[in-house]
Amino acid sequence: MKGFWHDAVEFFPILMSGVALTIVVTIGSLLLSTVLGLVWAMMRVSGIGVLSAISASLINVIRGIPIIVLLFYLYFVMPDLGVTLSALQAAILGLGIAYSAYQAENFRAGIEAIDRGQIEAAQSIGMGWWLTMRRVVLPQAVRIVLPPYGNVMIMMLKDSSQASTITVAELALQGKLIASSTFKNTNVFTMVAVMYLTMSIPLILLVRHFEKRAGKK
Amino acid sequence: MIELNDVHKSFGENEVLKGITASVQKGEVVCIIGPSGSGKSTILRCINGLESYDRGEISVEGLKVDRDASSIVKVRTQVSMVFQRFNLFPHRTVLENVVEGPLYVKKEQRAAALDRGRALLAQVGLAEKADAHPPQLSGGQQQRVAIARALAMQPKAILFDEPTSALDPELVGDVLGVMRKLADDGMTMVVVTHEMGFARDVADRVLFIDGGVIVEQGPAKALLNQPQHPRTQDFLRRVLHPL
Repeated sequence: MKGFWHDAVEFFPILMSGVALTIVVTIGSLLLSTVLGLVWAMMRVSGIGVLSAISASLINVIRGIPIIVLLFYLYFVMPDLGVTLSALQAAILGLGIAYSAYQAENFRAGIEAIDRGQIEAAQSIGMGWWLTMRRVVLPQAVRIVLPPYGNVMIMMLKDSSQASTITVAELALQGKLIASSTFKNTNVFTMVAVMYLTMSIPLILLVRHFEKRAGKK
Repeated sequence: MIELNDVHKSFGENEVLKGITASVQKGEVVCIIGPSGSGKSTILRCINGLESYDRGEISVEGLKVDRDASSIVKVRTQVSMVFQRFNLFPHRTVLENVVEGPLYVKKEQRAAALDRGRALLAQVGLAEKADAHPPQLSGGQQQRVAIARALAMQPKAILFDEPTSALDPELVGDVLGVMRKLADDGMTMVVVTHEMGFARDVADRVLFIDGGVIVEQGPAKALLNQPQHPRTQDFLRRVLHPL
């Protein structure tokens, strides 16, 4: 740990540029996975056989492929098929798709937790499928879904480091680059670990808040 | 105004309705009684399209009940339903529960709908609970809110599916009192119930259903006091004198 503070001051700006990209990748893929996850979940509970089957098989395919392979596919294989993505685009798309499967299962569990009788009551006052979702099911499902959603946020923050494998210069890759050029592995990776932890802690507190609120109802 | 003609319905192998033919006139109160599993609730659920039926036809004011057609919304706004387990929306206040249909299905003016919602809550004796959430209320209060919610749609008829079966005995009276007042005001009602006293005093007609068929029907007092069919006699003996 010799000269740690000296190194810290020197490497901090470079690592912070990595942090910025980490945040961009995390937020981008979080939004994408949320939207896709909602779409898969809605298809799954739509009661329309074809949509539900498509959604179920999509989720299984996505779940069965490692994130890193998905990233390689988007970044290295898609150009052969005529679609060239920047490393950042491929990272957000890959992580977003990979996590949409978990989001979908989480959302579905929340939707299916709503008592069937309430849905019938909504139908019996003339509400259609979408109105029932919007006014009765989703507002209650959100409460149930939030704690696991917070956990997904934490996992995504950490898994954004996988974007380093396709040259996105986020925190992990910046750390690796500094370490391999200065050989100060201990100092650099300690800083990297602390920076990830610093970003996780607010999310961990948020999850705890969600859990408390869900427990109160 | 409600017509059922030879209605059949199966759940898988199990045929629960084996040709139900009946009609309900405007302003009439019809009670459906019978052992559990006899198909009573299924009849109600078919009338407002919560269940499909396999054969025969159901119509409300001449409009065919088909849960896959868009006309089902029209049927449901004309025929409200009150459930055994109340099925209020727990995330909304009592008043919001009542005005949900008028505001979002019938797109009524907010102020007018809220005024009527409050008036309906007063009518069922719960004016002071408007801002409470359903889980804070007793079962009897929740059921009265559910009746107010049904009335808010300004329906032509209300279907009651065992409205007092999930209530503590001392709360049954409040709910039956509200229903009796509705009947006196001329509301068309179809009530699946085990409350024989209510059926005798309030209903115009009683249908006794067993095994998916109407075994016997007639004016309430006559059927309940002098049942003709042996199955009706047996059922009533057991319900009225369980010991």
